[in-house]
Amino acid sequence: MLKAGIIGLGKMGLSHQSMVNAHPEMKLVAVCDTSAYVLDVLSKYTGVKTYSDYKKMLSEEQLDCVFIATPSRYHEAVVTAALERNLHVFCEKPFALDPATGFRLADLAERKGLTNQVGYHYRFIAAFNEAKRLLDQKLIGELHHIRAEAYGPVVLRAKGSTWRSQKSEGGGCLFDYSCHAIDLMNYLVGRPTTVSGTVINKVFSSDVDDEIYSTFQFGKNLFGQLATNWSDESYRKMSVKVSIWGTNGRINVDRQEVQAYVRHLAKPVDGISEGWNVRYTTELTHPVWFYVRGEEYSAQIDHFVHCIKTSATPLSTFRTASDASLVAASMRVDAEKPRTQVSTQIAQGESAFEPGNFAPRPRSFVRTLFDRLQRTNG
Amino acid sequence: MDRVLFGDNQFFGVNHMSEEKARTQAMQFQNISAVISVLDDAYAEGIRTFMCTTHARISEVCDHFRANPEKYPDYKFYPCLPYAHKYANAAAEHGVLGAIRSFLPQENALGALLKGGVSLARKDVEGLANLLIDAELKMFAGLNTPIIFLQNVATDFLLGLGFDEAFRIFADCVRERYHAEPAFITMNAPMLAERLEKIGIKNPIICANINKLGFRMCGGIPAYEKLIAEGRCRLVAMSVFASGALPPREALEYVCGYPQIEAIVFGASSRRNIAQTKKLIDELTEGSAPSAPQRRAAGA
Repeated sequence: MLKAGIIGLGKMGLSHQSMVNAHPEMKLVAVCDTSAYVLDVLSKYTGVKTYSDYKKMLSEEQLDCVFIATPSRYHEAVVTAALERNLHVFCEKPFALDPATGFRLADLAERKGLTNQVGYHYRFIAAFNEAKRLLDQKLIGELHHIRAEAYGPVVLRAKGSTWRSQKSEGGGCLFDYSCHAIDLMNYLVGRPTTVSGTVINKVFSSDVDDEIYSTFQFGKNLFGQLATNWSDESYRKMSVKVSIWGTNGRINVDRQEVQAYVRHLAKPVDGISEGWNVRYTTELTHPVWFYVRGEEYSAQIDHFVHCIKTSATPLSTFRTASDASLVAASMRVDAEKPRTQVSTQIAQGESAFEPGNFAPRPRSFVRTLFDRLQRTNG
Repeated sequence: MDRVLFGDNQFFGVNHMSEEKARTQAMQFQNISAVISVLDDAYAEGIRTFMCTTHARISEVCDHFRANPEKYPDYKFYPCLPYAHKYANAAAEHGVLGAIRSFLPQENALGALLKGGVSLARKDVEGLANLLIDAELKMFAGLNTPIIFLQNVATDFLLGLGFDEAFRIFADCVRERYHAEPAFITMNAPMLAERLEKIGIKNPIICANINKLGFRMCGGIPAYEKLIAEGRCRLVAMSVFASGALPPREALEYVCGYPQIEAIVFGASSRRNIAQTKKLIDELTEGSAPSAPQRRAAGA
């Protein structure tokens, strides 16, 4: 029985608490949050021991592992404290906001031989894993384009009062939405070598970003595009889609299904034929011991337990999460640099023939006459 | 409880197999008259119960049924609350407590707000729950709602936390304030049944995925089959087609093979599909042994 604690009881922390408490191989020992109200209700109705100071909880309780779901800004301090006490750590994404901190924490956890996992739950969705399996078998040949998109209805008006709407707390679409899509791209085809053309834009928010677009390059001939926007009301909830093109076909994948178009099948691959192949979540998903809000949330917790017990490396580690943070940080740097721009405006007069500008079409006789008449009348 | 209940996932862009299909359906049912037209089709096929979420758009459906009582004299609604996405999205925007506050009744202002404020301050979960339930059920005023469900996200979240008192609070509120039977939707039926029994909710109505594939049947098919066989709860089977992964006859033969399952809920968008499913259930039900309530009624 692994003795577990939870630090941070917002939406994610409470959802972890429900699953950890129901896990047959974990005993939930204590939880910690700064909201006295939440702690009182939990203590009164579920009997769990509560703390308002995580340091106190870590020093007083004999824990094996801890789940950290505080606002992102506090991850570094809390993770460090937990690792120093030799606890296995599950931390919510985006892990450390600064990649250097993330890699340092990854080094520390690895040196201590502690299981370290980050809540990039899309890595636990069966459809994305099926896509990875097909890519690893080189089913669609040499890859040349990958596109990841994430849309959803988080910020739909110009207000918001939680840490998610504050840049200094690690809020914003880049860390909340884009990081999932970036992490999935990293998972499927590896970390990009460069990022360029990044646009980080506001739609409704005053302090944080609401939409992000960027171009990635992976090695020599694979290019990627990222498009994320958390101000899209047409989606019921967050939706992530990845499309990948190769010399031998393409793959579209979202949480529901994998569609793979295969041009030519050089050798038999189980269940795959030439042309379109569609597989649904209903057949791909492995059952979980307990379900609250999607198999992936349960599966990642079960995986964490499994990795602690077997010393296996988790599918989503401090290191892979820091890779995602590194790409996000690179995008921020890129977005702040002067952008290479080529004007598409049709210039007037002779300046139109300057290098980089396009020549205007000759003005028509009618247009010229019209302009003259305008001037005469004016 | 009727044998066949009509569900509402198809109306709100919920499809467990394809986001594209979900979007197409959301477009198809953009206009509430399209939803009502499908409910009319189901009514014509003999389906008298609509089991629906408390999605804001359902209030337009309720208006229609309230305005036309003579057209649907025997119609029943089984509301399923809360509509969880609005809470989840609000929690991301306002925090957990802020989200709860934002859904407390706005109108009837002074009384309700004060009560809400007092409930929040005293950590009076029961008072708060009553207010939230009232807010969710307001749209059904004047309609027949003999059974009221707690949605699976809420049920399973509370089940995991071990917040068992919440089930009793929900059950009491539904019985006392709405004179209705409390019911629970879950993806973890064997675990829930055991827990409800422990806190004294006897023979509860439980709606759970029951399908041949074992799709979202946590605890595994054998545990579900044991639960069905023991007859300690009144079961409503949902996701019987595993979101379309199973052919209709094969799927329904499996579910109807258990006479203890009292009702089946399904959703469909076309008259043809509704008719086909209803006919199949009727055919397979007639062929099976009498259900537990039928046996009880017969004095067995």
